[in-house]
Amino acid sequence: MVSLSEFLMVAAVLFGLGIAGIILNRKNVIILLMSIELMLLAVNTNFIAFSYFQGNTIGEVFVFFILTVAAAEAAIGLAILVVLFRRLGSIEVEKLDKLKG
Amino acid sequence: MENHFVLLAVLIVVLPLLGSLVAGFLGKVIGRSATHCVTISLVGLSFLLSCYLFNAFVLNATPLIDTDLYTWAISGDFHFNVAFLIDRLSVTMATIVSFVSLMVHIYTIGYMAEDPGYQRFFSYVSLFTFAMLTLVFADNFLLLFFGWEGVGLVSYLLIGFWFNRESAVFGSLKAFLVNRIGDIGFMLAMAAIFTYSHDLNYKFVFAHVDLLLNKSIILFPGLSVSVITLTCVLLFIGAMGKSAQVPLHVWLPESMEGPTPISALIHAATMVTAGIYLVARMSPLFEYSQPALSLVLVIGATTCLFMGLLAVFHFDIKRVIAYSTLSQLGYMVVALGVSAYDAAIFHLITHAFFKALLFLAAGSVIIALHHEQDMRKMGGLAPFMPITYGTFLIGALALSAIPPFAGFYSKDIIIEAVKAAHLPGASYAYFCVMAGAFITPLYIFRALFMTFHGPKNTESSVSESPWVVLIPLIGLAIPSIVAGGMLIGPMLFAPHTLLGNSIFVLPEHNMLFNLGQHFEGAKIMALEAGRTLTFWLAMAGIVAAWFFNMEYPQFAESLKQRFSWLYNLMVKKYGFDDFNQLVIVHGTRRIGEFLYSISDLKIIDGIFVNGSGRFIQWFANVSRRMQTGYVYHYAFAMIGGVVVLLVWIYLGL
Amino acid sequence: MTLIHIIFYVFSAVAIGAGLMVVSSRNAVHSALFLVLAFVASSGLWILLHAEFLALILVLVYVGAVMTLFLFVVMMLSVNKVMTRESFVRYLPIGALVVVLMVGITFLAVGPAHMGLAIMPTPPMKPADFSDTAQLGSVLYTDYVFPFEVAGALLLTAIIASISLAHRIPKERKVQNISKQIAANPKDRVRLIKMPSSKRSQ
Repeated sequence: MVSLSEFLMVAAVLFGLGIAGIILNRKNVIILLMSIELMLLAVNTNFIAFSYFQGNTIGEVFVFFILTVAAAEAAIGLAILVVLFRRLGSIEVEKLDKLKG
Repeated sequence: MENHFVLLAVLIVVLPLLGSLVAGFLGKVIGRSATHCVTISLVGLSFLLSCYLFNAFVLNATPLIDTDLYTWAISGDFHFNVAFLIDRLSVTMATIVSFVSLMVHIYTIGYMAEDPGYQRFFSYVSLFTFAMLTLVFADNFLLLFFGWEGVGLVSYLLIGFWFNRESAVFGSLKAFLVNRIGDIGFMLAMAAIFTYSHDLNYKFVFAHVDLLLNKSIILFPGLSVSVITLTCVLLFIGAMGKSAQVPLHVWLPESMEGPTPISALIHAATMVTAGIYLVARMSPLFEYSQPALSLVLVIGATTCLFMGLLAVFHFDIKRVIAYSTLSQLGYMVVALGVSAYDAAIFHLITHAFFKALLFLAAGSVIIALHHEQDMRKMGGLAPFMPITYGTFLIGALALSAIPPFAGFYSKDIIIEAVKAAHLPGASYAYFCVMAGAFITPLYIFRALFMTFHGPKNTESSVSESPWVVLIPLIGLAIPSIVAGGMLIGPMLFAPHTLLGNSIFVLPEHNMLFNLGQHFEGAKIMALEAGRTLTFWLAMAGIVAAWFFNMEYPQFAESLKQRFSWLYNLMVKKYGFDDFNQLVIVHGTRRIGEFLYSISDLKIIDGIFVNGSGRFIQWFANVSRRMQTGYVYHYAFAMIGGVVVLLVWIYLGL
Repeated sequence: MTLIHIIFYVFSAVAIGAGLMVVSSRNAVHSALFLVLAFVASSGLWILLHAEFLALILVLVYVGAVMTLFLFVVMMLSVNKVMTRESFVRYLPIGALVVVLMVGITFLAVGPAHMGLAIMPTPPMKPADFSDTAQLGSVLYTDYVFPFEVAGALLLTAIIASISLAHRIPKERKVQNISKQIAANPKDRVRLIKMPSSKRSQ
């Protein structure tokens, strides 16, 4: 049987890829949102793995809720993105520097 | 019984103040004659009351009164009181001060007749009288200091009376500032006394002198001084400022910029004697500190000789008399140094008379010549101004210590006391006072001959001054003749001396007592004068003056050529003024400029004030770069933080 | 090397590869599709972990709804079909560093030394009629019913929020009002005016 640590390593790699996506991506806000989904996926995998190996259902319950929240957040994020597109006319991350000091 | 003396003392002090206020605020309203009537009558009343008190305390030996009049302030345990000490010394001084002040008030009517600031002058002179009387009657150091500062202030106001003249303003500032230096010494002395005795009342401090004895204070690491010596030296510094001893003497010649009446009042008879009065009053303290007494002695002797020398070389008649004042003050201080306090006060009294007389006579000459003060432009005035000439001659004889005039008795006693003393510095002092006995007649008779004898150098017509000017002259001439003989017995050598318990002398210092063993009476003393060296020195001085000024002026010229370096040194007044101007005035200004440009502008403004502003700006500029506005930078920062945190936890730090 | 291992490695490789392509793809649509692939592969992993219900929910909800929404938005916003690469290549080292850091730390913290089979053994096999869904339901509707309700309210809030965000009032949209169009009257729109003809000026 696969050990717990291997599952956790896979999740860690996915998480790292998600972060790399946020940092490397400059051109598209949608890719940013997708990277966030990737990170959430990795975390969910972690929870499920722990839940299985410890025999505790609470991990799965938590994943349930994370899925819910992630869906809601994706919807609202995309709505904001649409409004942003209407205002700026572009969805490049580099154009979003209104908070520049 | 006691109360009415206190009331009289208060009146003596307050009446001149009242006169000053009336003249100051209402002077223009009530007009000139009313002003002088009011002030003269008030000062005259003050003088009469002082005579009455003199009679009561000195002649009838009423015991002294020390009363509190008013509590000025309370600080913790300490009460600052306005309180008067009415004893022989203060009453004597009050009588002198009010008498000379009265004479000067009367004189001013004539002298300042054409001056626009007439009422202001009377106000200031009365104010001065008030301050001086407060000083004299005070029973604690603080009230003394009030009077002390008061006379300093009014002296400034009066020297700069003609404030439109730049030299007068300069002179008044110089007087005030040099006086201030003395005042610092006085304040430090007060602080020392307060620290160790915890009270400033004379009676308390004198009774508890043991609190100051046998203690030392460490001024710098490695330099420890005994407290009593330090206190006395600081008190003497205060006295040096007021009484114009070397090196704080530089203000007195410049103070001649003021009108002549105030030169007579302040710089002959009263303010300059405040220092002498102070030391005499503090005799219980000074007696216990031999180093302080030696210091007093040496400085007094130096002043006496060197200032007398300067008087020989100057041409402004008032300046000659000013240097003479400095020299005579030196005599008084010498007397204080050998613990002959009674003799010092005695000389103070006689000096007040004849010096005021000399000043007023010089003033009479000045107004007769329409405010001309240079003696080279005078000459041959004797036939035109006989009364002035007579009184000036009397004053000169008194000053030169020719018997039986007043100065003879007082000066001779001082010289004898110095001879008998064996303090360190006494032999130097003896040399100086003997030389002074020669120099004094030299300069004063030179002045007399230049002014009143010889060819007439001025073209204007000269006539005798008005009676308001002459009456004070005569009024002062009489005591100059008789006061010495009358007072010497009771003052110095009676079983109860004039000043009695006001003065305290330790037995081993008491020269006067020893001299008193040989005293046979004033008349005998005068007749015996021919036996003393001082008399012949005085005579030699008069002859030398006549020789150099009347008979062979060319001798004087050739001597001047030969010793031109000495002559120049004298004309420059030993370089004291130049030194002060260069080192102290310029030096202070340079230091101020340096501190302003470097430490104020560059360091404080540049580095601290502006620098901190600039630093904040620079820092903000740098920090601003961190706010890029890009989400990925922020995310990266977050990740970095998380990584650091995880590593931290992992390493268990 | 049992079958389970092989299945695990295959699915993990697919998931990681898909993730990699999501980040580095030049086309946004491709990225979205690769993300779908990543979700599906993860779903396989979850089934390995005996969480069937959630695995299928992942496919249904996430892939079916969320990713579809993503694709809608990608299509709606007229993005450049092909994005340039230069910023990606420039910052690649930093990205690689971040991944390495993440993986390294995780390895140190929960590596085989701490969570290997020796310390966390495989749990015993469940009986054949064990239903993960039933177990999840029994816990969810009893112990955790309050968070469940809250999650429902949260979804409601999300609906309202996204509608109100993206809604444009008719004034900002071009909307047709059919009744007004039909009710248009030529008499209101056209007016004939008689004017004398003017002579041609010489």
